[in-house]
Amino acid sequence: MTTVIHHTIHVLLALSLPPLLLGVIAKTKAQFAGRVGPPVLQPYYDLVKLFQKGSVYSTTTTWVFRAGPVVGLVTAALAVLMIPLANSSAPVSFTGDPILFAYLLGLGRFFTASAALDTGSPFEGMGAAREVTFTCLAEPAFFLGLLVLAKLSGTLQMGTMLGAAVAHHWSSAGASLALVLVSWFIVLLVENSRIPFDDPNTHLELTMIHEVMVLDHSGPAFGMILYGASLKLFIFGALIARLIFPPTNGDPWLDWPIFVLSTLAVAVMIGVIESTMARLRMTHVPVLLVTACLFSAFGIILLVR
Amino acid sequence: MTERLVLLALIIAAMSGVPGLLFHRNSTAGQWIAVLLSVASSSLGITGLGLFWALGDSQPITLPWRLPGAEFSVAVDGLSAIFLLPVFLISVLGNIYGLGYWNQTKHPQNGRKLRLFYGLLTAGMAVVVIARNGILFLFGWEIMALSAFFLITTEDDKKEVRNAGWIYLVATHTATLCLFAVFALLRAASGSFALVPFENHGIEPAMATTIFMLGLVGFGIKAGIMPLHVWLPSAHTVAPSHVSAVMSGVIIKMGIYGQFRLTSLLPTPPLEWGAIVLGLGAVSGVLGVAFAIAQHDLKRLLAYHSIENIGIILLGLGLALIGRSLGRADLIVLGLSGGLLHVLNHALFKSLLFLSAGSVIHGAHTREIDELGGLAKVMPWTAMCFLVGAVAICGLPPLNGFVSEFLIYLGLFGTLGQEGQVPFAGAAFAAAALALIGALAAACFVKVYGAVFLGVARSQHAQQSHESGPTMIGALSVLVACCFLIGLAPLLIVPILEMGIAAWAPDLNEKGHRIAALAPLNWITVMGLLLIATLLLVGMWLRARLRKGGVAATVTWGCGYMAPTPRIQYTSSSFAQMLVGLFGWALRPRMRQPTHMTLFPRRADFHSEVADTVLDKAILPTFRFGAWLFSWFRVFQQGNIQTYLLYIFVALIALLLWR
Repeated sequence: MTTVIHHTIHVLLALSLPPLLLGVIAKTKAQFAGRVGPPVLQPYYDLVKLFQKGSVYSTTTTWVFRAGPVVGLVTAALAVLMIPLANSSAPVSFTGDPILFAYLLGLGRFFTASAALDTGSPFEGMGAAREVTFTCLAEPAFFLGLLVLAKLSGTLQMGTMLGAAVAHHWSSAGASLALVLVSWFIVLLVENSRIPFDDPNTHLELTMIHEVMVLDHSGPAFGMILYGASLKLFIFGALIARLIFPPTNGDPWLDWPIFVLSTLAVAVMIGVIESTMARLRMTHVPVLLVTACLFSAFGIILLVR
Repeated sequence: MTERLVLLALIIAAMSGVPGLLFHRNSTAGQWIAVLLSVASSSLGITGLGLFWALGDSQPITLPWRLPGAEFSVAVDGLSAIFLLPVFLISVLGNIYGLGYWNQTKHPQNGRKLRLFYGLLTAGMAVVVIARNGILFLFGWEIMALSAFFLITTEDDKKEVRNAGWIYLVATHTATLCLFAVFALLRAASGSFALVPFENHGIEPAMATTIFMLGLVGFGIKAGIMPLHVWLPSAHTVAPSHVSAVMSGVIIKMGIYGQFRLTSLLPTPPLEWGAIVLGLGAVSGVLGVAFAIAQHDLKRLLAYHSIENIGIILLGLGLALIGRSLGRADLIVLGLSGGLLHVLNHALFKSLLFLSAGSVIHGAHTREIDELGGLAKVMPWTAMCFLVGAVAICGLPPLNGFVSEFLIYLGLFGTLGQEGQVPFAGAAFAAAALALIGALAAACFVKVYGAVFLGVARSQHAQQSHESGPTMIGALSVLVACCFLIGLAPLLIVPILEMGIAAWAPDLNEKGHRIAALAPLNWITVMGLLLIATLLLVGMWLRARLRKGGVAATVTWGCGYMAPTPRIQYTSSSFAQMLVGLFGWALRPRMRQPTHMTLFPRRADFHSEVADTVLDKAILPTFRFGAWLFSWFRVFQQGNIQTYLLYIFVALIALLLWR
């Protein structure tokens, strides 16, 4: 019975919290810039508004363009069911779940990028090319990090890999975990198109990655994209939060507020990075991603030496 | 019963092209007879396999043969059965597809030849898989290799085709040479040509390693392992598409079959074997897909993906070998099940992709990706089938490619070792390689699907293309259904895989190591169905919303640019540019870029091309050097009979003195 309640909280929280992270990041950036900034709930207002709007579709497009946002959102929503939030088991949890998790997100990316190419716009083609290229380097970094956690926990189940034992591993294999943490944080930034990889607020389409891929979407479909993007941010934010603040206290109910606070802390951290760093030159992006791979790879070498 | 049905099936297949020779070159009667015979042959063969899987029915047939050392000895076991399924399935689908794609009325000059060798090829491959005697194996192997040569050179009036055929012929005979050595050494070690497993310590380790290495090269050339793949890209490109489908889906798998069979015969291997196979798998996988991304030719691109997938299969085999060396049953089960399932999966989705590509070529008359575009509107069915194949080959859920990669991932993570297990953690890095392969494959197929089917037509060819006929789309739909079936219900295929594992490592099943206990395949079904159901629900919701909110249609927003033309679209080359740059150290792209030296821009053109590095930088120079070296021997070639008699005399004297 308690499992059912926990799983219900998991689903409700995972579906309702994500836009808040976008709001928190925006607020943090506004604070740094000395502005008041939009209210933290602004992303929710945007979503409601978008879902009620009419749409414009390019005559060039086919059903793939309409399927893109749907697949992107659904894969992110299913992936969110698989990550551990507060207490250690997610609603969907089995041996090898991180693999399905990563490939579900891959499916979403495949269709988002295909939808971009469906418009025939050169800008969206550029965005799609950048997105899939950078993923090629981010994916190995993520899997190398998984190797470290799998080696430490002896399982391939995210609930246990990121379970309470992580706190213990911080003292026994802290160096490896720190390397994975940095590597995965870089993966978070690139997967969610944040600075220093991509600036969601830039005015020039030529320099964008994710935003330029979705130029032609409008109305409810664009709302789905925005919501899907926030889900993805939440997913990676939650993974980082679990790495830094593993659920160590014995009370499973207390774990929920701790988790929410730690995820918001990650969002603030992203905001701080966005406010204090400039965007990298596009040609330097692969270098940083290879570094992320190497960090995780060193993490595993430290463990199996 | 199984063996009899399979033999009958392969005889019918071998005969299927013969009646066509008696008909006039413009008559389609011969083609229809070939299709009917092929359907009969494949139904018989697949029925036989069904009997084997359902009842375990197998009665090996042994007949005497007058060749010294040879015996006509055939049997079907779990391993043969898995490789036989694509032989029968893909060949019949290819034949049906051929009715639309290579109709006799359109290709009167080579249609009959094509079908004759197509039938022989099917039969040859079936012989390879069921042979239990080295000589018979080689017999089937050569029938297969030579019919494939004639199929590749179907359009032998084109120079490009003859070149590809020539390279293939050299490569396949190098492979055969290695296999001669393999079987001769096997015979030297065991005393007969019968293919039966060695007892442990029944063969000297050095001898076993020599046989294994020769087999790796011989079978590796056929399978297209990087860097032995040189024949593969051009041969797949120039052959008619249904032949490419069979080549990529089935023929190269015969090389893989050889490796599975050979390793099942040899005793417990040293750890290095598994490590070598795993390393080759990772190299083939990553570089195969890297070369694929750089290609401009639709079929050549798919051909490089075959190399990638062979790499993935090798990861599975390497894992199984490592498991055997370490005594880790879980690694054997996961590696073999993943590898064998990927053999089947690749046969399905790669044939699907090649046949869809054929449909594109049939409609648009070009293979150049950058001349296509927007085909999804005129060829909706082909586009849909290609998309399914693309998602499957990227290993994305809910299709079949994911299942086999999932099994291999589980095995690779398993090499880290839990409590009480022997680890071999170096192998775990292959998991990162597999992740890289998956992401690169996705990049590549977004590029192909986007450039060929989405956007706006880039040329006249693409504008005037048309959808293919029902026979072609029908063959594609069967493959699509198979991809979904295995992707959504992998447990159905588990018994087949377990029989395959039992044939490779007979002692495992008795000890109760089952696939279902090691891999939660039921969750894949649950999540796959959940994914499809949610997609439908959300899709319907969006549709309702759109209806409510109203939809307007306009042109694509060009960021303020008012006169968009199809030419401003991102081409496949520009899409791939960054990745080609990242892998430039291996791909060695040749580029001709415009230079701007004057104040006013002149007409400029850009050209980029990625040729096969191994062929251009290693093989061709070596052969050219060989040709130069051997040209010195022309001194002896006088063309004068007295001189030759003198040579014989000198040679005889030398032999006499040597004793």
